[in-house]
Amino acid sequence: MPSSDVLIIGAGVNGLACAAKLAGTGRRVTLLDANPTPGGGMGTTEFAPGFHAPALAHLVSGLDPRVSDGMDLARHGLSYHPPLSTSVLSPDAPALSVLNGKTTGPDAAAFAALHRKLTDFARVLAPFRAMTPPRLAGQAGQEWAKLARLGIGLRALGRADFREFLRMILINIADVATDELTDPRLQALLSFDATLGSWLGPRSPNSLILLLNRLSMGGAPLLPKGGVAAVAQAMTKAVEAAGVTIRSNAQVTQILIEADRAAGVALADGTNLHADLVISAINPRTTFQTLVGPRHLDSGFFAQTRHIRSRGGAAKLHLALRTAPGFNADLRSRLVIAPSVDAVERAFNPVKYGDVPDHPVMEILIPSAFEPGQAPEGQHTLSAIVQFAPHAPKIGLEAARKQMLENTLTVLETHAPGLRAQILHAELLMPQDIEFRFGMVGGNWHHGELAVEQMLFLRPLRQAAQYATPLPGLWLAGAGSHPGGGINGAAGWNAAERIIKERA
Amino acid sequence: MKDLTHYKTPLLPTAFHARTEAANTLHRWGAWAGYRTALCYGDEAMEYTAIRNAASVYDLCPMVKYRIQGPDAAAYLNRLTIRNAARLTPGGVHYTVWCDDQGRVLDDGTLFRHGPDHYMLCSQERHLPWLLDSARGFDVEVAEITPDIAALSLQGPCSATVLGIAGFDVSTLKPFRMATHPFQGATITISRTGFTGDLGYELWMTPDQALPFWDHLFAAGTAYGIRPIGTDALNLARIEAGFIITNMDFIPADQAVREDRSRSPFELALDWMIDWDKGHFTGRRALKSERDNGSSNWALLALDIPGNVSAEGSIIYHAKKHEVGHITAAAWSPSTKRSIALAQVQRKHMAGRDLWVEIYALRELQYVKLMLPVTVCERPFFNPARKRATPPGAF
Repeated sequence: MPSSDVLIIGAGVNGLACAAKLAGTGRRVTLLDANPTPGGGMGTTEFAPGFHAPALAHLVSGLDPRVSDGMDLARHGLSYHPPLSTSVLSPDAPALSVLNGKTTGPDAAAFAALHRKLTDFARVLAPFRAMTPPRLAGQAGQEWAKLARLGIGLRALGRADFREFLRMILINIADVATDELTDPRLQALLSFDATLGSWLGPRSPNSLILLLNRLSMGGAPLLPKGGVAAVAQAMTKAVEAAGVTIRSNAQVTQILIEADRAAGVALADGTNLHADLVISAINPRTTFQTLVGPRHLDSGFFAQTRHIRSRGGAAKLHLALRTAPGFNADLRSRLVIAPSVDAVERAFNPVKYGDVPDHPVMEILIPSAFEPGQAPEGQHTLSAIVQFAPHAPKIGLEAARKQMLENTLTVLETHAPGLRAQILHAELLMPQDIEFRFGMVGGNWHHGELAVEQMLFLRPLRQAAQYATPLPGLWLAGAGSHPGGGINGAAGWNAAERIIKERA
Repeated sequence: MKDLTHYKTPLLPTAFHARTEAANTLHRWGAWAGYRTALCYGDEAMEYTAIRNAASVYDLCPMVKYRIQGPDAAAYLNRLTIRNAARLTPGGVHYTVWCDDQGRVLDDGTLFRHGPDHYMLCSQERHLPWLLDSARGFDVEVAEITPDIAALSLQGPCSATVLGIAGFDVSTLKPFRMATHPFQGATITISRTGFTGDLGYELWMTPDQALPFWDHLFAAGTAYGIRPIGTDALNLARIEAGFIITNMDFIPADQAVREDRSRSPFELALDWMIDWDKGHFTGRRALKSERDNGSSNWALLALDIPGNVSAEGSIIYHAKKHEVGHITAAAWSPSTKRSIALAQVQRKHMAGRDLWVEIYALRELQYVKLMLPVTVCERPFFNPARKRATPPGAF
């Protein structure tokens, strides 16, 4: 007798969203997570005594509105600081402030126009995020109504804009930035934002689409009150209110299969749990390679799951600072160090060869500037996403981490003189560390690189693109599925909607 | 870097080449899996006659062979192939098939179980990447051993007698079993298998044993009309036996370019091999769906055609009008005295009602078009009791 109707593996943003949606249909849902607290990448770490930093994600682009409204997260305590402006730092001048399309300087008007155009394109693409990917195969269960709405949205662009949309959709961000802007700071900001969390440089093909994807999730970056962990807390309260059972410290070691159907999971403590449906909201590669294994999967499919590209290029830096860092910018903003398009490209080049870049680029947040309690009184916590870090460093992990930290601090020092002397404690997570702590294969945030060739009906693989997998009873609901990662929840929500539609 | 001279020898000689070359009075050579193979040594009719009336020797060296060894060998093969490899006992051989994820046939072959953890898989095409991909997660080693093994196929009513004279007692060896025998201080393996549908054996050895063994065997068989045979004669025998050949009767799914060219085991009449209860195997879900939905498109038929003109390559019509299939192999069968064929026919026509074959018969440089009714018949076309008798008859 199954103890629940549905077992969901992984209580990250997508697992939580999926659990909430399915529990809303009356299914008995158990959500399993390997860690002591739910949330996945939305956690807090006390990396030094008294210093708290966002464990991985430190900002959100915007939760899927179906998730935030459907789970009534505001009622469960989620609220945000006002949208953050971005400060593009220069070593010897005040930072350039950017909020949505608004900025100053010679390119203010051009940037506003470009931002408007990209936002329009993003709005047209946004409905894709909220649907099961269409497939080319017949009988794929297309969501015709949603596809029709998408088509109407595209037509509504008008002939000239539609032509422009087609011209740009697969272009690289460096071309866009240099075609339309002259201010290197804005060119660099676009290049940085498009490639953040990806394995692409600004000149890599198709890099614009990642920026459109980011814009389609929302506008300016958002900082939840209480940090990103507050999203996890609100979602946890919401799923508990919906009747979901959460089992923490429940590491799934195997998906149990009976009569050619996923029938439950085995936990590391030896417990077996049974259910009619098993949903994996963790990494798809891990799901198939480790939890299911080859004996219940076809050879071709099993081999392909091993080749889901999943290289992470982002490192996470946490600094405990004695005093406020001396950036020439508003500390209550998102600080970006990216001097030029070439600088972002040059930060990417070395990782292709397993090397550490001399001058990494980064996005910095000072959580302690927004809220008390992040650091001891008068002291500060700095959280930064530093790119690009090699996921397979030639010189070995320890040496690469040391070199990456040194190079990062050198860059930081030029933008905040004296910062190195203020450091009480420093922690740098390389992609391998992120993989180890958060189960993200290759340290890739999206649980599989988000790139055109791994999007839509190719995400994570053709045979599992519509959340169902070749193994009956096993579904995917994580960032490895369409539309990818970020603190957003669309993949989990879409999976739940698909499961409900298919009456699985 | 390796010395890249392989292009100078596009077709390799086999271990028996010194003898086959000497015997090949026509110098009719063909390519088989990268080796030079005799198509006909001198007289196809005499070679065919040796298969059915005496003892024939065919050089099997080019056949692609894989060694599959390790504690998970049986589990690996059960995931790879549609038949139950675990039920094959050591010393046994079975015919088998493997499919891709879509349940489309990649190849057929023979599986030899040398020991609990040790198999050999023989096939027409090369499949190492697929076999290695399939080995992920299994404690098994897969290696191609084609050049490491020399093999002959000794087929014909007198084959057991010749082996007896050569000092190998095979009187108790049943079909699809094998045994090892001493030979000049080492051993060879003899399996009661073949591709002729007749009494026959396949003889497995190391390449250094090849020439001494050839001489020994031919010395033993002289009085029994032993002769080397080429692929042409063998092909005639295999059509009579109703056996299919990869890339002649079907295109392997991984080589098919056109979407409708690949075939499922149902469509090749190989579904009798599928073990639905052994656990998962590659293609199982697709095949189960095909079975449950009756979604097979093709059927393999054995046909009896009037007259004596081979229907090779002909198109099959329903009501003389609509194309519904084609002949993949055909011959005038000397042993059954009829014109026989293997065909792929749209499944809805598998009962064979009102089917016709259009044959272009070449008569002194002019084609004459024949439209002949076909009759579906049983495979094998030729099925002598001596093939199965144990002990084998004393011919």
